[in-house]
Formats: sequence, C-alpha cells, structure tokens
Amino acid sequence: MASRDDILGAVRRAQPPATAHPGVAGLGNRFPDLPAKFAEMVAVVGGTCLRVPDLAAADRALRELPVHREAKRIASMVPGVGAATFDPVAVADPHELAGMDLCVLAAELGVAENGAVWLDVRKLPHQALFVIPEHVAVVVQASTLVHDMHQAYAAISHAPGFALFLSGPSKTADIEQALVIGAHGARSCTVLLVGA
Amino acid sequence: MITVGLFIPCYVDQFFPHVGMATVRVLERHGVRVEFPEEQTCCGQPMANSGCADEARPLAEKFLRVFRGYDYVVAPSGSCVSMVRNHYDGLVGGRTGHEHLKAHTYELCEFLHDVLHVEKVEGRFPHRVGLHRSCHGLRELRLGAGSERNVPGFDKVKKLLSSLEGITLLEPSRADECCGFGGTFAVNEEAVSCMMGKDRIADHEQQGAEIIAGIDMSCLMHMDGLIRRAGKPIRVRHVAELLAGEG
Amino acid sequence: MGHAESAALFVRDDARAHWHDQALWFVRQKRDAGARSVPDWEALRERAEAIKAHTQSRLAEYLEEFERNATRMGAVVHWAKDGEEHNRIVHGLLQARGAKLLVKSKSMLTEECRLNPYLEARGIEVVDTDLGERIVQLNHQPPSHIVMPAIHMKREEIGVLFHGTIGTQAGLTDPKALTEAARQHLRQKFLGATAGMTGVNFAIAETGGIVVVTNEGNADMGTSLPPIHIASMGIEKVIPRAEDLGVFLRLLARSATGQPVSSYTSHFHGPRKGSELHVVVVDNGRSALLREAGFRRALACIRCGACLNTCPVYRRSGGYSYTWLIPGPIGSTLAPGRDAVAHASLPFASSLCGSCTDVCPVRIDLHHQLLAWRGEIVARGLLPAGKRWGMRLASWLLRFTWLYALAGKAARLALRVLPPAWTRALSGAWGRQRELPVVPPESFRETYRRTRGQP
Repeated sequence: MASRDDILGAVRRAQPPATAHPGVAGLGNRFPDLPAKFAEMVAVVGGTCLRVPDLAAADRALRELPVHREAKRIASMVPGVGAATFDPVAVADPHELAGMDLCVLAAELGVAENGAVWLDVRKLPHQALFVIPEHVAVVVQASTLVHDMHQAYAAISHAPGFALFLSGPSKTADIEQALVIGAHGARSCTVLLVGA
Repeated sequence: MITVGLFIPCYVDQFFPHVGMATVRVLERHGVRVEFPEEQTCCGQPMANSGCADEARPLAEKFLRVFRGYDYVVAPSGSCVSMVRNHYDGLVGGRTGHEHLKAHTYELCEFLHDVLHVEKVEGRFPHRVGLHRSCHGLRELRLGAGSERNVPGFDKVKKLLSSLEGITLLEPSRADECCGFGGTFAVNEEAVSCMMGKDRIADHEQQGAEIIAGIDMSCLMHMDGLIRRAGKPIRVRHVAELLAGEG
Repeated sequence: MGHAESAALFVRDDARAHWHDQALWFVRQKRDAGARSVPDWEALRERAEAIKAHTQSRLAEYLEEFERNATRMGAVVHWAKDGEEHNRIVHGLLQARGAKLLVKSKSMLTEECRLNPYLEARGIEVVDTDLGERIVQLNHQPPSHIVMPAIHMKREEIGVLFHGTIGTQAGLTDPKALTEAARQHLRQKFLGATAGMTGVNFAIAETGGIVVVTNEGNADMGTSLPPIHIASMGIEKVIPRAEDLGVFLRLLARSATGQPVSSYTSHFHGPRKGSELHVVVVDNGRSALLREAGFRRALACIRCGACLNTCPVYRRSGGYSYTWLIPGPIGSTLAPGRDAVAHASLPFASSLCGSCTDVCPVRIDLHHQLLAWRGEIVARGLLPAGKRWGMRLASWLLRFTWLYALAGKAARLALRVLPPAWTRALSGAWGRQRELPVVPPESFRETYRRTRGQP
C-alpha cells in the first residue's frame, strides 16, 4: 500500500484551495410532450419506438416485427411480451447465450432528451442479456419517462451490481465516419412504450 | 468630445498606413478627437505569443506609459487589443493605470458599437464582401457570438458593415475558422499555416466574394500574400477602409 | 522531428490532408448541432467546470471515498504510481488466474502505460475491441485520435488491412461489410476471452461505482463473459456524486460525436456475480500536474475529442504529427508537463485561434494553456536560440521609438529597392508560398505627421 499512500500524499500536497461544489440544481430541459419527445429521440439514436396502450398490445406489436418473426432463440424478461423459446435462468454459462436472436427487456425508466432507457441488469439472470443477442426489445412504461439525465439520476439508485443507460442499438462510425449499426451488441433496439 | 489615443500596431504603421488613416477618418466622422502618441511602437504581442515574457514586458511597460493618460485607446486590430486587455496582467499587472488601460482599450468596431453606440455608418460600398472573423477579435474580445457557443447570435462587425449602402455581405461556409496567420505560427508552421489560409480564401471565393474584409491586417496580410502569389482576383480590405467610405 | 516538420509532410499530400480535414470538420458540425439542441449548454459547461475544480480541490478525499465505497461494493482497488506499476499489477492479476486472452475496450490510459506490449512480451494476447482501435492495432499503429482511433485511414486501406489480417475478401471496402467482418472476428475473441479490461470515464466517490461509455457495446461484451474485469483509471476520473453524471453525460457524447448520449453508458458497482472487479487507480504524472496552478485545469479533460475536431491545425496535420499519444490541443497542453524537452514543439503547434477553448465541454482554457506553456518552454531554455535572440533583438529595438522608426524605414526602403528574387529569398518561410506586403513609401506616422501635423 506504499503506492496508495504516496499517491494520496502527493495529491493532497498538490490540491488547490477548496472551492465549493456548485450542485446540479437549475439545469435541464423540459419538453411539452414527453412521450412524443422520447419516441423521437429513440429514432434519432437509431432505435424504433412503438407506442402501445398496454402489455398485450406490446406483445402483439413485437410479434409482428421481423426481429421477432425471424428469431429462433428468444428470451423474454417481461412476462407476456414476446414468444420466449428458452429461459435464460436455466442457462448456466453465459457463453451459451451467443447466437440468441432476441431478448425482451424491461426498463426502469426512459429519458426523453436522448432516448435512453435505464436497464437494471441486477434483475437479469445474466449480465450479457442486453448486449449479446442479435436484437433487443425494451419495454418502457410511459409513466416512468423523465425529461433529462438530471431527472434520471434523481430517480435511480446504485446498489451493488450492474446497470446501464442503453440508447439505441450498438453502433460505430470508426471507418471514415460512416455510421454502421450493429458493431458488437444488438443490431436493433425496439422500444415498446406502454401506456401513452 | 471624446478623445481617444490612437494605437496603430507596428506592422500597420510600417506596411499599411492607409488602414491607419482610414481609422482616423472613421473615428473623426463619428465625432471623436483622435490623438496619435508618436512614442508608441509595439504592444509586445509577438514576444508574448512566443513565450518570451521578458522581452514583451518592457514593451508593455512602454505601452502603458504612452497610453495611460487617455480616456480611451482605440486600435484597428482585435489581436493587439486582446494583448493589452487579456495578456497584460502578467506583464504590467498592478502598475498605475493598468486597470484603466485594460478596461478602456478597444478594437475600432467594438468602440463604435459599444461606446459610441453607432447604429448606422454613413457610406456606400457596393461590393460583394466576405467577412473574415479574426480569431482574437471573435473569441478573446467577443465581437461576435462565435460558431462554437450556444449563445444568442450577435456580430458587432457585421452589424456595422451591413449598414453600409450597397454592400452584399457573404458568409463563408465555415463561419469563423482561423486563417492560419497566428503570429510566429505563420512561419514556424508554414505548411499548415498556408493550407489554412488557402482554405479560407477558397471558401470566400466559393461564396462569390470580390473582397475579403477583416478587422486585423495580420490575417489579411497573410491571405493577401497567398492571393497575390497565386494570382487570384479576390482582394483584401480592412474593415476600417470600408467604414471610412472608401469604395 | 517536431510538429512543424511532421505536419509539413502530412500537408504535402494535399488531397489527403483535405480529406482528413473534412472528415473531422463533419464531426465538428455534428457537435455543433448537438450543442445547439441543449438550451442550457453554456450553463452545463460552467457547471462541469466548477464540479471539476471542486473535485480537484478535494481530490485525495474523493479518491479515498471512492476506494472505500468501491471496496464495499466488492471491487478490489489497486494503486499505481506510474505506467510500469500499472502494468505489473494488471499482469499479476492475469498471471495468477492463468488468463491468456485479454479483451480490452478503449482506454487511452492503457495506451499511455504501453500495456499491450508489456503483456504481449509476457505471453498474453491482448485484443483491442473498439473497432477503430482494433484497426490500428492490426496496423501496428497507436490511435491517431482519442475517440476515433483510425480516422486517418481510408476505407480502401482498412479493406486491404482486413484482407491481410482477418481474412476478408480482397477489394472489400464497404464500411458496413468491414464492420460486420470485424464483428464476427471479435465475437470469437469475446467468447474466448479469459479476462476483460476497460478504461473508466467516471468513478463515483459517493457510490464506489465506475462508469464506462461506448457506442459499440464492446466494454459490455468484454465484461459480461470473462471471470475478471480490470478497469484502469487516472486519478482525475473521480467525481463526487452520481448526480454529477447528469452534467457530464449531457456534455460528453454531444461534444464527441453530436449524439445525445452514447449507446451504452454502463455503471459497474462491484463485480458481476461469480466474477471479480479490479480497479487500478493510476497517477503517472497527474499529481505533479495538479501541483501546477497554471496548468492543472487540463486535468479536468473528459476525453471527448472536441478540441481535436475543431482544431484547424490537428485537422490538417493528423494525429501522428504530434509527438505524444494524445494529439491536438489537449495533448499539446498535457505532453510538455510530462517531458518538456521531448514535446517542446507542441505548444507552438497552434495558431492560438481559441476554438478549442470554446468547444471544450469542461471549459479548459486550452489556448491560454498553450500560450502559458510557450512561456515555460522559453523559461526552461528550450526555444531554439535563433528565435530567442530574434525576440531579444526586436524587443530591444522596439524600446526606442526613433530606432524602431529608423529600422522600419530602412527595411521598407530595402524591400522597395532590392530585386524581387532577393526579397523573396530574404522573406524565408513567409515567402515560400506568400508574397510580402506591397511596401508603402511612408509609414503611418509619417503620413499622419505630414497631413495632420503635431497637435
């Protein structure tokens, strides 16, 4: 731990005089039509947003999509949405998830300013379930929508484990700035916005 | 009647006397008494921008001595004014008159706009003019909003120029990219500097400008050097010449 | 070779230099649109700057708080004074677990520490998984940009590279097809990896979590499968509270690429079930920079790359013209603090246009820092003697008005009477592509005195 103490000592000696933390109050963006803005931004980030009245409608809408129709291995973390072909709880090694076509996930909240959804991966049997499938579908309740990231952080807690903001499908522009969807993670991200 | 101490940057004094004279005429036309203190030489910017504070300091001291008696100091240069306003603290900070000098040294358009509150400049300039926004005027004096920032748009130089009769102001596609002069950068980094300058010129040409106008002869001298070497028809003019009604 | 010489070589290929300039200007434009979509953009920048300044003023405390909470969450925190110690720690962790294949998501810190060659020399295969980083890794190059590592390469060149390294068909140049090939190639690496490594965008003192941001999902793939996740972070990555992320994340992606947020903003609080999380906290010169009142603001950098994209010099000289790993304005302010002799040319690789300062999401006064570094370079005697003496001479001459006026007159006379070939030769670097000004017979002061007289 010599290095630890050396580093902290050096930092302590180097620190500038104290300045106050300014807080994060008074920042943010407000949108007149929250679900509309959210749906718009999901599209901007390369996803598809379907607005449905309830879970049954979400299920119907999803089943009509090619990502579901053409899928062979489907898991659903949202009871009643999507025709699951297997239960990932029964999968011991996450490597076996490779090649799965679709995973249906439930989001804790959605952010209108950037189309991101907060996924609490602690609730999933495998961390890889949001990134390893070829496609993902995310169910978001309209009642959980927030305007911006400040509101989002005010609403989420940070218990041990993994969680993330997912905004659209995996993408890259590393070759000549040409946008390509589906770099390593999901090739598509369908957001089912329920109740709006 | 307001009296200003006229600050003519050294290279304008030596190479572009007509820009200095145009500045005098613009100020006098707007009811200002102009005094040119002949003791002045250089603000010290070339030294300061090269990191040579010891060489810049005596020049800053001289500048302060020459100009500290004036209510206002005005110069036809954004870059040299920024030197006095933003970079003298480390050279003559705390000296008598420094704070006053810092607060009362203005670039010409800024002086017309902020102090004299000029809304309209009488004169005619029936030409297609591309506006070159010199960096230090833009980003250190904030003569305009700048393309980087998300603030309400404004442009003091453009506002004054656009009030001239017959003028057609043209925006380059990159509104305020640097021309590549950059003081000693122009020779230290000659290759990049000239590429930047050529790109600026080409942008103005593409908009159909006959003239590139700017507030700093340094940028214009650099672009003019490239233009004349390439034998292009486009010309450079200092904004003071336009505001003096020298069509 | 200093920046000017390398840049001149880059500029020599005019078409390519313009292609590079345009590619990055396109990113700058996307950034502008992103910034304009946020009404409180400037307030956000000010807040981000203030949070970073506050954090610096209590950095040791926040690092300890982070360590405490990260440990509570089940992570193991290591401390490394320099790159060598960092590499030793990482290698020790891998060796003890018999890990032979490490998948790494983008981390400029591991580049800075030169981790890859260190591990490779010890028999561990390191695979960079960010597409751009994989490209430059296969091409045996460092990144030329901190966000878009392969921005200097054309699709045709990547096609040839992939054909020779991962076996794509000859002549393949479509970015979509090349990306797909990389996906398949790297998917096998992800599935075979025995360890995953990431950088850290933010470490939250209050919660002990780390946040890693990617668009590709490579950090997520790389940490969801192997039994160990090692995350390397510089000491400056810590922020006080989770709510501060709202400020930084609203700025980061918009500044980097114009996106409203990156695709994956992953929050790791402790390890995945049945796996390990190790966080290596690295100093490597950062505390020394923190000591420098004039230069510490550069430590606030969140590595968005916006200052590179807007820099008219970077765009026209490419990442490899800089003598340090991090190019562009931020690199040129950080590098001389590490080695002023090796990087003496970098503070001068700028026209001081100030665009970098205005795009910086945390409001680092980059062009003022570059100017201040020039002063340091001179103070340490690292400016070439000729330039220094030139400035001394000019300064001395300009102290005496009569001497200045006389010298000006003489110079103007000389320029008027000397043959053009001579003046062109005398004008040196100025005259290579530029004419000198047309010399007037009178200076302003002469004209003024003649026409106005003495007051």
